Amino acid sequence: MDAIEAEHLVREFKNGPRAVDRIDLAVRSGEIYGFLGPNGAGKSTTVHMLTTLLPPTAGTARVAGYDVVHEGPQVRMRIGAALQEAALDPLLTGREHLRLQASLQAMPRNERRARAGELLARVGLSEAADRKVGGYSGGMKRRLDLALALVHRPPVLFLDEPTTGLDIQSRTALWGEVGRLAREEGVTVFLTTQYLEEADVLADRVGIIDHGRIVAEGTPAELKAQVGRPSVEAVPADPADRKLVGEILARFGEPITSAKGVAVRLREGESDLAGIVRALDADELKVEHLQLHQPSLDDVFLAKTGRSLEGEAPEEEQSARPGLAMEPA
Amino acid sequence: MSAFADQVFLLARRSVVRTIRQPANVVFPLVFPMLLLAVNSGGLKAETRLPGFPTKSFVAFALAVPFIQGALFATMNAGTDLARDIQTGFLSRLSLTPMRGIAVLAGQLGGVVTMGVIQATVYLSVGLAVGVRPASGALGVLVLFGFALLVSLGFGALGAFAALRTGSGEAVQSIFPAFFVFLFISSMNIPRNLIAAGWFRDLATANPVSYLIECVRSLLITGWDGQALALGFGIAAAITVVALALASWALRVRMAR
Amino acid sequence: MSFAVARAVAWRTLHNVFTHPSLLIPSLIFPLFFFTAFAGGLSRVRDVPGFDFPLGYTAFQFAFVVLQSAAFGGVFTGFGIARDFESGFARRLMLAAPNRAGIVLGYGAAALIRWLFTVAVVTGVAFAVGMKVGGSGVDLFGLYALALLLNVAALLWASGVAMRLRTMQAGPVMQMPVFLTLFFAPVYVPLSLLKGWIHAVAVVNPLTRVLEAGRGFLAGSPTDVGAAFAAALALAALFSLWAVRGLRNAESAG
Ligand SMILES: Nc1ncnc2c1ncn2[C@@H]1O[C@H](COP(=O)(O)OP(=O)(O)O)[C@@H](O)[C@H]1O
Ligand SMILES: [Mg+2]
Repeated sequence: MDAIEAEHLVREFKNGPRAVDRIDLAVRSGEIYGFLGPNGAGKSTTVHMLTTLLPPTAGTARVAGYDVVHEGPQVRMRIGAALQEAALDPLLTGREHLRLQASLQAMPRNERRARAGELLARVGLSEAADRKVGGYSGGMKRRLDLALALVHRPPVLFLDEPTTGLDIQSRTALWGEVGRLAREEGVTVFLTTQYLEEADVLADRVGIIDHGRIVAEGTPAELKAQVGRPSVEAVPADPADRKLVGEILARFGEPITSAKGVAVRLREGESDLAGIVRALDADELKVEHLQLHQPSLDDVFLAKTGRSLEGEAPEEEQSARPGLAMEPA
Repeated sequence: MSAFADQVFLLARRSVVRTIRQPANVVFPLVFPMLLLAVNSGGLKAETRLPGFPTKSFVAFALAVPFIQGALFATMNAGTDLARDIQTGFLSRLSLTPMRGIAVLAGQLGGVVTMGVIQATVYLSVGLAVGVRPASGALGVLVLFGFALLVSLGFGALGAFAALRTGSGEAVQSIFPAFFVFLFISSMNIPRNLIAAGWFRDLATANPVSYLIECVRSLLITGWDGQALALGFGIAAAITVVALALASWALRVRMAR
Repeated sequence: MSFAVARAVAWRTLHNVFTHPSLLIPSLIFPLFFFTAFAGGLSRVRDVPGFDFPLGYTAFQFAFVVLQSAAFGGVFTGFGIARDFESGFARRLMLAAPNRAGIVLGYGAAALIRWLFTVAVVTGVAFAVGMKVGGSGVDLFGLYALALLLNVAALLWASGVAMRLRTMQAGPVMQMPVFLTLFFAPVYVPLSLLKGWIHAVAVVNPLTRVLEAGRGFLAGSPTDVGAAFAAALALAALFSLWAVRGLRNAESAG
C-alpha cells in the first residue's frame, strides 16, 4: 500500500487560479518524496489537501490508507506536518508547545514529559526550551515546528518548504534529521521545496510541479537522464586553438553553445572524459579549463517548462512599505 | 510655498489618506460616539426629571461628549499610524533625508486635526438633525469648531508622544482604556453638582476631561458662559502645549538614534 | 477523545491569559470600571420619580455589570480565536485534533473559567463597597446562572465571527453588536422608566428579560424567571448553530 495516493486532485479558489490541476501521486511507504516547484506552483495547496486542512474541489486522496475527505480524523492521527508558516504561539515556550501538542494528540500523560525532552534534544533546542518562542530565531522556530510534527510518532510526515530562509548549517542539519527519520524509522516524508539541491540530495523521488500540474516525476537520476547526457566544456589556453579543440571534442558528441570555450554533449557519458583528455594531449593542445557538466534538475525544469527555476528569487517576507509621494532629496 | 510647508502638507495629506484607506478608522470614531449618544440619551432621559438638571433635552446635554470622545479615538489611530512608521523603518528613512523632523510631527498632527474637524462637522450635523439648537448661536458653533481643533491637536500630540516614546502600535493601543477611564469618571453623563457619591464628584472635579466636556456643553445648552469657556480653553491649551513639548522632545531623541 | 483536545486548547488559552496581564486586565477592568462609573457616578438616578428598585443603585448596577462581564468575557476569548486564525496557529489545532468540535469546546471552557475569575473579583468588590442583596442570598446564583448562559452565547457568537473572517480586524464586528445589545437594555433605569423609541427597542431586546430577572434575583424577589432563562438559552442555541457553521466555513477555506 502506498502511504500517499492521489488521483486527479484539483483545487480551485474563488476568483483565483486553479491552484492544483489534476495531479496524481503515489508515494511509497518509507520514501522521501520531493515536491519541487517555484513560488505559487501549488505545493502548499497540495499539502493542505493531503493534510485534511483544505477540501479538494475534485479528485480523491488517501493518506496512510484513509480518505482525506471522509476519514479526516483517522488521517490526522497518522500524520505530522510542519507547514510553510511555522504557526507558533509567541507567548508559549518551546517546552510548553510540545506539551500542548502532546495533549492535543491525546498522548498518555506519563509519556509527555520524556517525549518532549527527547525531541527538544533531538532538534537541538534543549537550552532554549524554557524561553518564549517570540524570541526564537527563524531556524529555531523551524526546528521546533519539526519536533512538534513528530510528537506522536506519525508514520507520514509533511514538510512544506522546511528550509526556506535557513542558513547553510541549519539546512544541512535538517537534511540529516529528515534522512535519518526515513532510513531508521521508516517514516514516509512528503517534502516541498524550491531548492533543486534539496530535492536532489534528499529525495528518493522528485515530482516537479508548475502551474498546478506535475510536469515530471522520477528519481533525480532518472529525471536528469531524461534531459540527456552530461556535457564537457573546454577553454583552450590559447584562444587561437579554439577551432582545433572544437574538432577534437566533436568526435565525442554533438556541439552545444559555450560562452568561453567549446562544449559538446557527450555521446557515451562520463566515460568519454578520459578519451577527451588523451586526444587533446596527443595533439599537444593546452586547455586552461576542462569541466564535466552533469545535467541538473534545473535543466529538467527548463526542458519541461521553458523557464529556469534557479532564476526565480526564493520567497521572501514582503516588508510593508507605506507609500509616500515624495522625492528622495 | 516654502519647502517646509510643502513637506508638512504632503505628510498631512498622507496621514489623512492613510486614515481614509482604513475604513474601520473612519467609521469607528464617527459611529461609536453616535451610538453611545443614542444609547445614553435614550436610557438616561429620566435624569432630566431630577431637580436642578440644567436642560429639558438630554440629547443636547449629551452631545458634548462625542466631541471629546472622537478626539480620543483620532488620537489612538494617529498614534498607531506613527508607531507603524517607526516599526516599518519609514521614520528612519526620513531621517536620512534633509527633511526636518518637526515636519513629520507637524504633518501627522495636521492630519489628526483635519480628521477632528470632519468628525466635529458630522457630530454637529447629527445633533442639529435630532433637534438640538446650540444656545450660543452661529458664533458659538464657530467657537465650538475652534475648540474641537484645539482638542484634537492636544490629544493628537499626546498620541504622537506615546508612539515616539514606545515605538509600538500595541503599546499605544493599550493606553486606550486609560482614556476611557478619564472619559467615564467625569461629568460625561450627569452634571457634577448632581453626583451623589462624594468621592466620585471629587474625582470628576479633578478630572480635566470634565472641563473639556463642560466647555462644549455650555455652548450647546447654556449660551455664553465665560467661566466654562475659560476653563475649557485654558485646559485644552495647557494640554496642547505640554503634549507638543513632550512629542517634539521624544522626536528629537528618536531621530538622534 | 475530543475531550483531550478541549482540555489542551483550554489550558493553552488560560495559560496565556493568566501569565500575560495585558490579556487579563481588560476583561477585569471593564466591568469594574462600568461598576464604578455607573454605580458611583449615577447614583442620583435612584431619586428619579418612579425608580422602584428596593436595594439601591449599587445593587441595581451590579446585575448589569455581572451580565456585561459575562458577555465581554466571551467576546475577549473570541479575539483570541481570531488571532489564532490570523497567525495560522489554528491550523496547528485543526491538524492535531481528530475531532474539531473539541477545539470550540476548549475555547468555551477557557472563556467560562476566565469569566468565573472576573465575576469573583467583581462580586468581592461589590460586597466590599457595601452592596446589599435581598432574599436568602441563594437567589444570587440565579443571576450567575443567567450570566453563565450569556457567557456561552457571547463566546459562540464571537467564535462564529472569528472563524468566518479569520482576522483580528474582526474585533469590532464581534464587539459592537454585543455592546449594543447590552446597552439597548434598561441599563440605567428600570424598563418602566424608559420612554419612546428606546423603550420599544428594550422591550424586544432579549437581554432586557435577562437583566430584569437578574435584578429580581438580587432583590430576592425573582420575577419572570422562565422567560429570562428561555431567552438566554435561545441565544446560546442560536449561536451554537452559528459557531458550528463558522467552523465548517473555516474548514472549507483552509
Ligand atoms: N486561499 C487562497 N485563495 C486564493 N488563491 C490562493 C489561496 N491559496 C493559494 N492561492 C493561489 O494558489 C496558487 C498556488 O499557491 P500555493 O499552493 O501557496 O503555491 P506554493 O506553495 O507552491 O508557493 C497561487 O497562485 C496562489 O496565489
Ligand atoms: Mg507554499
